[in-house]
Amino acid sequence: MITVENLSKVYDGTTVVDAVSMVIEKNTTTVIVGTSGSGKSTLLRMINRLVEPTGGRVLIEGRDTREEPAHLLRRRIGYAIQGHGLFPHRTVAENIGTVPQLLGWSAARIQARVEELLQVFQLDPKAYADAMPHELSGGQQQRVGVARALAAEPAVLLMDEPFGALDPIIRAKAQEDLLEIRRRFGTTIVLVTHDMDEAFHLGDRVAVMSGGRLLQYDRPARLLTQPADPFVARMTGMGDRAMRLLSLTTAGEAALPGRGSGPAVTASASLREALSELVWQGADSAQVVDADGTARGHLTLDAILRHGRPS
Amino acid sequence: MTEATLPRTARFDRLGTLLGVTGVAALAGLSFVLVKANRIVPGIPRSLLEAAPPLAGWACLACLALAATAALFVFNARLRLGAALLGIGALLLALGAAGDALTPLGNRVVRISAGPAFWVVLVCLGLMATDAITRMRPGPARRVLWLAGFIAVAVLALKSGRFDHLSVMREYAVNAERFSRELLRHVLLAAGSLGAAALAGLPLGIACYRVPRIREAILGALNVIQTIPAIALFGILMAPLGALAAAVPLAGRLGIRGIGAAPAVVALFLYSLLPIVANTVQGLRRVSRQAVEAARGMGMTPGQVLLRVEMPLALPVIVTGVRVVLVQNIGMVTVAALIGGGGLGTFVFQGIGQTAIDLVLLGAIPIVALAFSAAVVLDALVEVMDRVKQ
Ligand SMILES: Nc1ncnc2c1ncn2[C@@H]1O[C@H](COP(=O)(O)OP(=O)(O)OP(=O)(O)O)[C@@H](O)[C@H]1O
Ligand SMILES: [Mg+2]
Repeated sequence: MITVENLSKVYDGTTVVDAVSMVIEKNTTTVIVGTSGSGKSTLLRMINRLVEPTGGRVLIEGRDTREEPAHLLRRRIGYAIQGHGLFPHRTVAENIGTVPQLLGWSAARIQARVEELLQVFQLDPKAYADAMPHELSGGQQQRVGVARALAAEPAVLLMDEPFGALDPIIRAKAQEDLLEIRRRFGTTIVLVTHDMDEAFHLGDRVAVMSGGRLLQYDRPARLLTQPADPFVARMTGMGDRAMRLLSLTTAGEAALPGRGSGPAVTASASLREALSELVWQGADSAQVVDADGTARGHLTLDAILRHGRPS
Repeated sequence: MTEATLPRTARFDRLGTLLGVTGVAALAGLSFVLVKANRIVPGIPRSLLEAAPPLAGWACLACLALAATAALFVFNARLRLGAALLGIGALLLALGAAGDALTPLGNRVVRISAGPAFWVVLVCLGLMATDAITRMRPGPARRVLWLAGFIAVAVLALKSGRFDHLSVMREYAVNAERFSRELLRHVLLAAGSLGAAALAGLPLGIACYRVPRIREAILGALNVIQTIPAIALFGILMAPLGALAAAVPLAGRLGIRGIGAAPAVVALFLYSLLPIVANTVQGLRRVSRQAVEAARGMGMTPGQVLLRVEMPLALPVIVTGVRVVLVQNIGMVTVAALIGGGGLGTFVFQGIGQTAIDLVLLGAIPIVALAFSAAVVLDALVEVMDRVKQ
């Protein structure tokens, strides 16, 4: 658990982060959104003390982060940035092994961990361990950047626009990887993005910032249905907020009992996708099935639409 | 029009034509060797065929004709290189043969030296060879191997005795022991001042990078030093170093004096600082900000960030500075001879004083060879380092 208390940063008389307080639960993904210059990166970087706060404090598992030297703190916290920041003069394996090496792990343990991570990110260790970063594609470099941040099994992973430079298809893949990572390692993730779709897709909670202030910190659905501020409503998009809301629930979660008729939609698809399928097929009900085809229930057009309104 | 778009049927190579015509004109119109009855009198010019024994003369002409033909009509870089090297070999052997032929048995006073035609043709063939090597785009390792090969061949050729009757070699024979000493001293002065400048310049460069406020001041001061002519700087340094030696006897015993090696080393050190400091700053600035940010974010201490990320990534640019300094120092150590610093410059200035051009060459040729070799080796090093990162 990360507790941010009254955290502020002032640069030359300008308040860049203004008394932000928030509690980030263990094993959740928190996404920070906001306009450019609203202080997202500064807030994130104060968590691992790349920026020293002007006021307030950060507790990780109840311990003030200032209790230990900053570089030791950072070795316990994963950090991944836009454009990956890989060391161009080190091989992929050396890059990933950076923090374990700083922590003094044995060479054998580092190698085993590097291979495990390469496999998690679908990079064949034989082909890629000794490659130099410039020999990889942009998507591969980015995956190595995230693998490097995870190398020492940090409980907390900070990511500053990690997928900003990726094309939509690779970006979607990277997002799935990230969800998988959290399931697998139970990492607490704090991620900054400009992309609202990404925020709603990944975030258990979303923090909206403007002018250094934290306007709202809530579950994605509440951000849509009960925006604390007109800016939050604008930020989350008034035009397609119903669709956004539908995208937050899966067909499996909304399925009604009983086998229905009409086209089949998978349980993991969002209601937005289910609705799109019904519109496309001209049907008013659908069967919900698992990935292996077993029936999970059914959905009607009415039932779907009810999920797209604030209740 | 670029090389690639030239029609393959182009009949003449442009550079080759220029070199070929120049070479032929020089051989026809200028003297190949100069024969002097002794060291000081003006030389009597002789053409290639007058000077060399008939067989050697004609064989050399045939090889040169082949090289000229290749320069004009052959486009394959390997063949061009082969022809140029053949020409250089033939030219040198003919000069050696002319030396033997024109020296009466047992006469140790007569001087046979290379004439203008020899030098012009040698430069033309040298340009043709380097142009061919450039077109072959050899990798860094191969370039260093080529250099080592050339040096080995040159040393073997000089040791073979074929050139012993040439005036430069006569001067060498007289000064052999001094030559080795001054050569070593030359290298030590150039490398020593470089080493000292690197030891001081790297921290200074890092400081300039870290603290922008002092950057302008330090780089500005070093720039001013660069503009002071070497001789003037030696002069400026003589007084304080002399005073230091007088005031502190230990300094004097360590060899610190107003003249000699001390002011030379200090002056070269000062000249060397600017390229090293400026390139260190430039190299560090070029390091990816994201790599540095990631390094800090992963928990490297400031020292680790510097040693493991910033310096390795800045190194190619820093070594480029070292290359500039080394080549520059090898040249400038020559001037140090004027204030008693020693080095190959002693031969150059002694030769100038005695109007003995051969003595000048005995100093100058190795200086050029040293500077050239240093440039080739360090260029290769920079290229290797640049290739590893990127
Ligand atoms: N080191 C610094 N010195 C002075 N001002 C700074 C510094 N770092 C950031 N700022 C200012 O603080 C403000 C917030 O910066 P920050 O990087 O946190 O914004 P951001 O929300 O991450 O923006 P973006 O979406 O563009 O990345 C900006 O106005 C920026 O100019
Ligand atoms: Mg930012």
